Amino acid sequence: MYTEKVMDHFEHPRNVGEIENPSGMGTVGNAKCGDIMRIYLDIDENQIIRDVKFKTFGCGAAVATSSMATTMVKGKSVQEAMEVTNKAVMEALDGLPPVKVHCSLLAEEAIHAALWDYAQKNGVEIKGLNKPKSDISEGEEEEDY
Amino acid sequence: MKRLIYLDNAATTKVRPQVVEAMMPYFTEYYGNPSSVYDFSNPCKEVIAQSRETIARSLGAKASEIYFTNGGTESDNWAIKATAEAYQSKGKHIITSKIEHHAVLHTCEYLEKRGFEVTYLDVDEFGTVKLDELKKAIRPDTILISIMFANNEIGTIQPIKEIGEIAKEHGILFHTDAVQAYAHVPIDVDAYHIDMLSASGHKLNGPKGVGFLYIRTGVKIRSFIHGGAQERKRRGGTENVPGIAGLGKAVELAMADMEERAAKETEVRDYLIDRVMKEIPYARLNGHRTNRLSNNANFAFQFVEGESMLIMLDMEGICGSSGSACTSGSLDPSHVLLAIGLPHEIAHGSLRLTLSEENTKEEMDFVVDQIKAIVQRLRNMSPLYEDFMRKNAR
Repeated sequence: MYTEKVMDHFEHPRNVGEIENPSGMGTVGNAKCGDIMRIYLDIDENQIIRDVKFKTFGCGAAVATSSMATTMVKGKSVQEAMEVTNKAVMEALDGLPPVKVHCSLLAEEAIHAALWDYAQKNGVEIKGLNKPKSDISEGEEEEDY
Repeated sequence: MKRLIYLDNAATTKVRPQVVEAMMPYFTEYYGNPSSVYDFSNPCKEVIAQSRETIARSLGAKASEIYFTNGGTESDNWAIKATAEAYQSKGKHIITSKIEHHAVLHTCEYLEKRGFEVTYLDVDEFGTVKLDELKKAIRPDTILISIMFANNEIGTIQPIKEIGEIAKEHGILFHTDAVQAYAHVPIDVDAYHIDMLSASGHKLNGPKGVGFLYIRTGVKIRSFIHGGAQERKRRGGTENVPGIAGLGKAVELAMADMEERAAKETEVRDYLIDRVMKEIPYARLNGHRTNRLSNNANFAFQFVEGESMLIMLDMEGICGSSGSACTSGSLDPSHVLLAIGLPHEIAHGSLRLTLSEENTKEEMDFVVDQIKAIVQRLRNMSPLYEDFMRKNAR
């Protein structure tokens, strides 16, 4: 069902974890639909992404796309990170089953949400970046388990 | 070869060797068409009659009331659509439940688009149909009650006898999808007042592609598959002779050791449930603790998603299934888990393990150890778990 690359990133996800006092953090998705992604960014004074971590609640494709997306933005400038689109992530994974394409969109949105958070905090403008619609970082407290 | 632990017997089962043996002659030796006149076809006619007799006996039914089909889905479609057609002058109302198999639910939805009204009964937290709600749902124009014998996801066994009595009192036909229950629990169509019953061969260590519909004498439903005069003109198409031979053998074997098998499965399953519930935090058992199929265990693990769990179990050679959205091809998790009141995010983390009598406690030890490690690994990468732990730490 999944390509070798997807399985590799699912089995050995890169950059899982948290960053203390991140430069930017974004959480996107919806527990109701079964996918939530959170991205932490550590960005230096030259706007280079020094480190990136993720946490994902979701299926194999969701984990693999988050993992791949983090490897693709690490070491890039915040502006270059904008080029890591869902298409680019999918291509890097040698494709996803059609029903899983939304997972790659979520990965792109998670990166954007974290970049937006960074941009807001630091008064930085990143070309092409809009406020992510599905950022659910706020209001999460309401969820009751 | 890597060790395989198959825990998906609600999906399908291993065909017993004696069943394969019973089927073999009807492929190459007695390959005649049972409808033909010559002697060469007699063994085919005979084996069909024998299987029909074996199945009838297993249900307390008459042989003339057993109709072979290609499986549970066809039987459900036939029972419901043909009843609707035959009895629509009496009324156009059907009662079923929210936790039926899609073979029943989608058939009912099809009929709704064609002018029928369907009541989908709620179930309680264990997945049991509420009898008082059933009584309240009955109307003068109700023509059919279709309630499954036991649920395929959480294994809950329905109060079939009581439902049958209610149906009989009101003069309403009663169909039950017994695909998961038949030959696993005792069923008597007269004692339970069942008018129609669907069953499938591959859920009882028989072959795929063959099943039957029991239709009580006097029920006026017409043929569904039109064609030849097979199955007393009610189901056209050349009989699946090897399949029917295999089904008959599978039923014979399953009925012979039903009690013993159930006891064995229950013991190993309870061992599995006890270990999981004791050793894995934030886990729940879906369905009733005791009123469930002997081979069924269904868990929900908070903060993790089912498909991820299945893939990781698969890497360890363990076959299970899940009611998460990702395994159903839609965005919604299992309708059964939602019907028993689970929130979406917990339903996404469900894991169904269905045993056979071949599974051992030693295997369960390995399985539980793997589940423990996998759930912890997935929780460690789950933002939901991170938030939960943070909230708890405060």
